[in-house]
Amino acid sequence: MSKETSQEVVYTPKDFKSDQEVRWCPGCGDHAILNSVQRAMSQLGIKKEKYAVISGIGCSSRFPYYMATYGFHGIHGRAAAISTGVKVANPELSVWTITGDGDSLAIGGNHLIHVARRNVDINLLLFNNRIYGLTKGQYSPTSVKGQITKTSPYGTVEPPFNPGELVIGAKGKFFARTIDGNIKLSTEIFTEAARHEGTSVVEVLQNCVIYNNGAYADITDREHKEDRQIILRDGEPMIFGKERDKGLILDREHMKLKVVKIGENGITEKDILVHNSTENNPGLHMMLVNMRWPNYPVALGIIRNVAAPTYDMAVHAQIGKVKESSPIKKMDDLLTSGNTWEVK
Amino acid sequence: MTKKNKPIELEDVVIRFSGDSGDGMQLTGTLFSNTAALLGNDIATFPDYPAEIRAPQGTVGGVSGFQVHFGHARVKTPGDLADVLVAMNPAALKANARWLKPGAMIIIDVDNFTPKNIEKAGYNEDPIKEEKLEDYNVIQAPITSLTKRALEDMGLDMKSVLRSKNMFALGMIYWVFNRPLKFTEDFFKSKFKKKPEIIEANERVLKAGYYYAETIEALHVTYVVKPAEIEKGTYRNINGNTATAWGLIAASEKAGLQLFVGSYPITPATGILEELALRKNLGVITVQAEDEIAGITTSIGASFAGLLAATTTSGPGLALKSEALGLAVITELPLVVVDVQRGGPSTGLPTKTEQSDLMQVLYGRNGESPVAVVAASTPANCFYYAFEAARLALEHMTPVVLMTDGFLANGTEPWKIPAMSDLPEIKPRIVPEGTEDYKPYKRDPETLARGWAIPGTPGLEHRIGGLEKDEISGNVSYDPVNHQVMTNIRAEKVKRIVHDIPALKVDGEQEGDVLLVGWGSTYGHLKSAQEELDKEGKKVGLAHFNYINPLPGNVEDVLRKFKKILVCELNMGQFAGYLRMNFPQFDYHQLNKVQGLPFTVAEIKDAVNNLKEG
Repeated sequence: MSKETSQEVVYTPKDFKSDQEVRWCPGCGDHAILNSVQRAMSQLGIKKEKYAVISGIGCSSRFPYYMATYGFHGIHGRAAAISTGVKVANPELSVWTITGDGDSLAIGGNHLIHVARRNVDINLLLFNNRIYGLTKGQYSPTSVKGQITKTSPYGTVEPPFNPGELVIGAKGKFFARTIDGNIKLSTEIFTEAARHEGTSVVEVLQNCVIYNNGAYADITDREHKEDRQIILRDGEPMIFGKERDKGLILDREHMKLKVVKIGENGITEKDILVHNSTENNPGLHMMLVNMRWPNYPVALGIIRNVAAPTYDMAVHAQIGKVKESSPIKKMDDLLTSGNTWEVK
Repeated sequence: MTKKNKPIELEDVVIRFSGDSGDGMQLTGTLFSNTAALLGNDIATFPDYPAEIRAPQGTVGGVSGFQVHFGHARVKTPGDLADVLVAMNPAALKANARWLKPGAMIIIDVDNFTPKNIEKAGYNEDPIKEEKLEDYNVIQAPITSLTKRALEDMGLDMKSVLRSKNMFALGMIYWVFNRPLKFTEDFFKSKFKKKPEIIEANERVLKAGYYYAETIEALHVTYVVKPAEIEKGTYRNINGNTATAWGLIAASEKAGLQLFVGSYPITPATGILEELALRKNLGVITVQAEDEIAGITTSIGASFAGLLAATTTSGPGLALKSEALGLAVITELPLVVVDVQRGGPSTGLPTKTEQSDLMQVLYGRNGESPVAVVAASTPANCFYYAFEAARLALEHMTPVVLMTDGFLANGTEPWKIPAMSDLPEIKPRIVPEGTEDYKPYKRDPETLARGWAIPGTPGLEHRIGGLEKDEISGNVSYDPVNHQVMTNIRAEKVKRIVHDIPALKVDGEQEGDVLLVGWGSTYGHLKSAQEELDKEGKKVGLAHFNYINPLPGNVEDVLRKFKKILVCELNMGQFAGYLRMNFPQFDYHQLNKVQGLPFTVAEIKDAVNNLKEG
């Protein structure tokens, strides 16, 4: 870990609040995410001046203004690219990229896949509310097919992206999913994302109270959430449900996941898959990110967390190596190198 | 190697090597130029090649040319017309016949002048006759067959054999101009270290050409061009792209900041990124971004993080970067954007030169979005203007666009190497740790540059971004009056750079009948025209601009002293329009050309002479 840590630094979440008034709509999921980030940052042991929070455009991207850290509010879609520049310029910084489904999956899709492929050591929080909020209610690349919005008054006719599928497909090494309102889980995940060296993408299922209220109500409502969500934890069996009696197994014949009931058809807890986020093979992780209710519970938690060399470190390591072996140490050496001649 | 006749001394010579784009003409020309430079001639080169890697063989569209002008006196341009043309096939003759001096020497590979190739090039039967070149010194050399014969016992495949025929032509030229083969042989040895058979093949063919030229009767005269009388010092040959890259590295060393370059490959700018990628030994960070936008935005990120950041591109790439350039304007971060211009609009003429991005650079962004603009005017001074762009960016906290073009990028000239101690200091406006009450938009009262607080510095945490900023605190502000204030400040900050740049100089007559005005890469041609006109007794001055925004402080004084002003540029009148806007009190005549080619000196002189008559 390159980020300077210190046992002496003790922060509270309040230390990360800026003096700016938070201007998201009352009831917006972003408030809870802001709380979770401030909690996570206060617990990481990283000095405040080492944090840089970078965003694109959209409701979520106002985030840096509400943080008492270094912050940069970029332009639409480019947060991941700006973050790459910041991190490569100074790998000592803890770089947090704040983006949304429009910002990083539509206009900035190119940067998202390439930052994941390169494995730049940034923490990218993707606020997925399945709608364009700041422009007041147009469909986004994650809007469900048929969703009625201002630009799809008869329903969208295009299938959505699943961010996790895209990130893992782009060779992403860390992908996690949380829900805005679950501050405990979010804080835990953000902390792990920060500790992971490489591009950590966290999809936050976020509710837009104004333009897409209840987008995730089917999996978040109190009555059903335990039956419709599964929180994955390393080394633990994939069990869920109010009664903790449901689990996931691999249906080997069809090479897909299957929901089973423990105690039925001879299924015991031993038959249930055990989560391993560090498995390099993306096969099972891909199946987990693709689970959708009502066929499956929606997977939350850290789905994929695989160690791999980071881009920023590789860039600097290569420079160090070339510097060591080159006879050219300064500009004067370069200027006078190679074919030169004297005029007397 | 005794010569039959005493060599004839010449002041300067223009040679144009031309052939199919796969014939190796760029290398041939480069090797000749390097030898000339190492022998102390002054040189200027002009590569002229098609956009396709391998355009259809034998067609005029696929002809690749390399022109070199070398001399005993100072050489300012690659030359209007050639004294010697090497044409490896009929298409090469077709493409270049109009660029010959009367009576020029033409060396053709007669083996390639087959009926089929003659027809492909658009001739009927006899290209020499059809071009009315019978009275020229045409050397019909069987280059291909003699190359094959020179290598027949080496067991090389036919492709490798044919690939070395350019060296036969080069060998002939070396004999004609009394040049040693040594520098080129040294090149083979270092380039093909691991392929001794290729070294041998190239050497054999080079010598075969040299001895062939010595033997044939048609070439009984040879020429010498003595070394140029140029300023004492250590010299090297350099092209504009390499000079640009080195200027940026030099600035980073002077400023004490690591250089970061986020870029996307684009013709004709790619050479800068390639050169910088080599310079990890000097700590240069290059990120080959996923697109043009990521090129500039990674650089903006690196600038926010405290490095000297630059991005390199050409016109179409600059169009893609324009929104992000506006972000650098409003966040007031130092950033160098290099625009190596090419023919447009759209993909246009990727490998050909033009100066038609001026309006895009000055105004091609949304909102009131001023940037500083400088333009290099020779391949070697790309070094100084890249350095200068970085200096202005860091000391005035603004993006600066450096404009070059395809002509400068690929053209070469000998360059007197400076020592780093000769270059000015660069003082970035980094806010020191412990500064009390830091505000992101608090300014230096003189320059209006804001302070640059670098992430990682305790106590200076702050937020900036693309939304309009409150005048001092940098907080988001929608206040109408504040927006006016900030707009005025951003404009005034760029304007005040005028106090930090030199006055406009006039070459030749300081007042009189005609003032030639140019900017950027046309300097060599304009300067040659001004000097020739001067010799002819005409009162002509030349005002050549390297600082475009802001313009130097004395422009009005300069323009006022001449009866007529002729603005010459490789576009349809963008700089003339810019001057009209800034100094509407004067009349401006224009000389404009958009053919993907530089001016010829003759065109400029004609334009001046026509003015006088008119």
